[in-house]
Amino acid sequence: MLDREKIRKDFPMIQSEESKGRIYLDSAATSFKPKCVIDKVTEYYTKENANIHRGDYDLSYQVSSEYEQVRKLCAKFLNAPSEKNIVFTNGASSSLNLVAYGYGQKFLTSEDIILSTEAEHASNILPWFKVSEVTGAKIEYVPLDHEGVFDLEAYKKILREAAGKIKVVTLAQVSNVLGNIIPLKEIVRYAHENGAIVCCDGAQSVPHIKVDVQDLDVDFLCFSAHKMLGPSGVGVLYGRYELLEKMDPFMLGGGSNARFDICGNILLKDPPFKFEAGTPCVEGVLGFGEALKYLMDLGMENVEAEGKELHKYFLDEMAKLDNVTVYNPKSETSIVTFNINGIFAQDAAAYLNSQGIAVRSGNHCAKILLNVIGASETIRASLYLYNTKEEIDRTIAVIKEATLEKCIGAAI
Amino acid sequence: MMDQTLKREIIMDHYQTPRNKKTITDESYKSKHMAADSCIDDITVYIKGDGHKIVDVAFDGVGCTISTASTSIMSELIKGKSYDEALAIIQEYEDMLDEKEYDEDKLEEANAFDTLSKQANRINCGLIGVKGFKEVIEELKRDEREQ
Ligand SMILES: Cc1ncc(COP(=O)(O)O)c(C=O)c1O
Repeated sequence: MLDREKIRKDFPMIQSEESKGRIYLDSAATSFKPKCVIDKVTEYYTKENANIHRGDYDLSYQVSSEYEQVRKLCAKFLNAPSEKNIVFTNGASSSLNLVAYGYGQKFLTSEDIILSTEAEHASNILPWFKVSEVTGAKIEYVPLDHEGVFDLEAYKKILREAAGKIKVVTLAQVSNVLGNIIPLKEIVRYAHENGAIVCCDGAQSVPHIKVDVQDLDVDFLCFSAHKMLGPSGVGVLYGRYELLEKMDPFMLGGGSNARFDICGNILLKDPPFKFEAGTPCVEGVLGFGEALKYLMDLGMENVEAEGKELHKYFLDEMAKLDNVTVYNPKSETSIVTFNINGIFAQDAAAYLNSQGIAVRSGNHCAKILLNVIGASETIRASLYLYNTKEEIDRTIAVIKEATLEKCIGAAI
Repeated sequence: MMDQTLKREIIMDHYQTPRNKKTITDESYKSKHMAADSCIDDITVYIKGDGHKIVDVAFDGVGCTISTASTSIMSELIKGKSYDEALAIIQEYEDMLDEKEYDEDKLEEANAFDTLSKQANRINCGLIGVKGFKEVIEELKRDEREQ
């Protein structure tokens, strides 16, 4: 059982004086951070300030080893075979670009096909547009139904018919607009049987559901710390080791090479270090370690089960309203995408804001999805482990009473 | 300051029945596509000039109440005005949103936005179409000088 009241006490953004009456429903954009994470970041600057993997003095040694401990912890969190599978990056976007550049641009050719979906975040499709431009590989999309649900049978058919031409399948385990979970394990198995690797965008899944990379057998998994209680500026690329070995780094520089000479010969370090040139966001990684501990203490099984339960409560309450359209009634995690009938999404979001409720309006980066759900602008509300039923009740009450007049009134 | 109820009525009216809202394909109009990068407003404005004054004005696209109403109201204010008169009206409007001194007599129904400056996240909604008009008029003036 998650004790939400107890959890809420750990979050300064919820406890502060200014936060009274505010309801934060935008955790899909970024989550709040518990005090232990914030304290760790501060502690680095006040007590441990030194670079990693460099100095010969105690402090540097201590910070380096703490940094590497977080890598181990992250491997444990994902049930990765080893910490060597964990590359630290700047965020999910950075991890996804690294796969597209280091693997896609290096190994794909004009004969190949990249398979994706229409529900991808810009950060998981634009890098592959570039791969396509550079290598000539084609991009194809698995169809989604009008509620954005992944069509597994269609996917299998595409893979079969492409007869080995599909080399990369890249998709989000949970879409940032629709919040449903795709059957990743089966998708991966089928991809492997047909000679493709799978790059998974876990930005919206890893914070909410238990992800076991060995069980899923996924080849790459990309996500951000800041959506799962950690600091911004830190992300993870989990990769199958043989693939990381073959891949090119996105950046070269200090920390990623073992040695180099004046003739231009470079000997890169082994993964994950060959991908980590330059001084990383040390305090961010240390803070991320605390976020991982926090989630592991709660237990991801609990976070997942109770997250789904709260989300279902939200959907059920929304279904009772007659002035809203919900676009993802079958979703399972965190996200509710909707419109208040007759009110432009941005006006409705601004009205909710005037009532202390933070939601996001827009097309949420997944611009090609518009054709699928048939709404060009929507409101997205997203939950996390510090949200409560009471907050949902208040939100529902505000939505129920929202009118165009009230929305305009809030702006002037 | 304008009365709240009146302001709301003006904005509702221009949102629900926007003036000069039509798609223009006529090449003699100069147009400008304005897409906000922070939100979903996406508006194209059109102006037909005669070398000195605005003969016709139009806009289309999707926008929230504030962007639609402000563009509609401004389209009425500048129609038939000389380029310089129109730019002066727009300047007053921008000053109002910037919390500077401004001449409310010049702004007529646009006074409905006299407190929009307090809503930091909506100011751009109130400016998107207006800025489009301003840029087109400036281009028309430039064309005029070059001829
Ligand atoms: C599905 C998905 N992928 C990728 C990203 C990009 O994450 P970041 O901005 O942390 O790099 C996001 C963030 O919004 C996302 O929701």
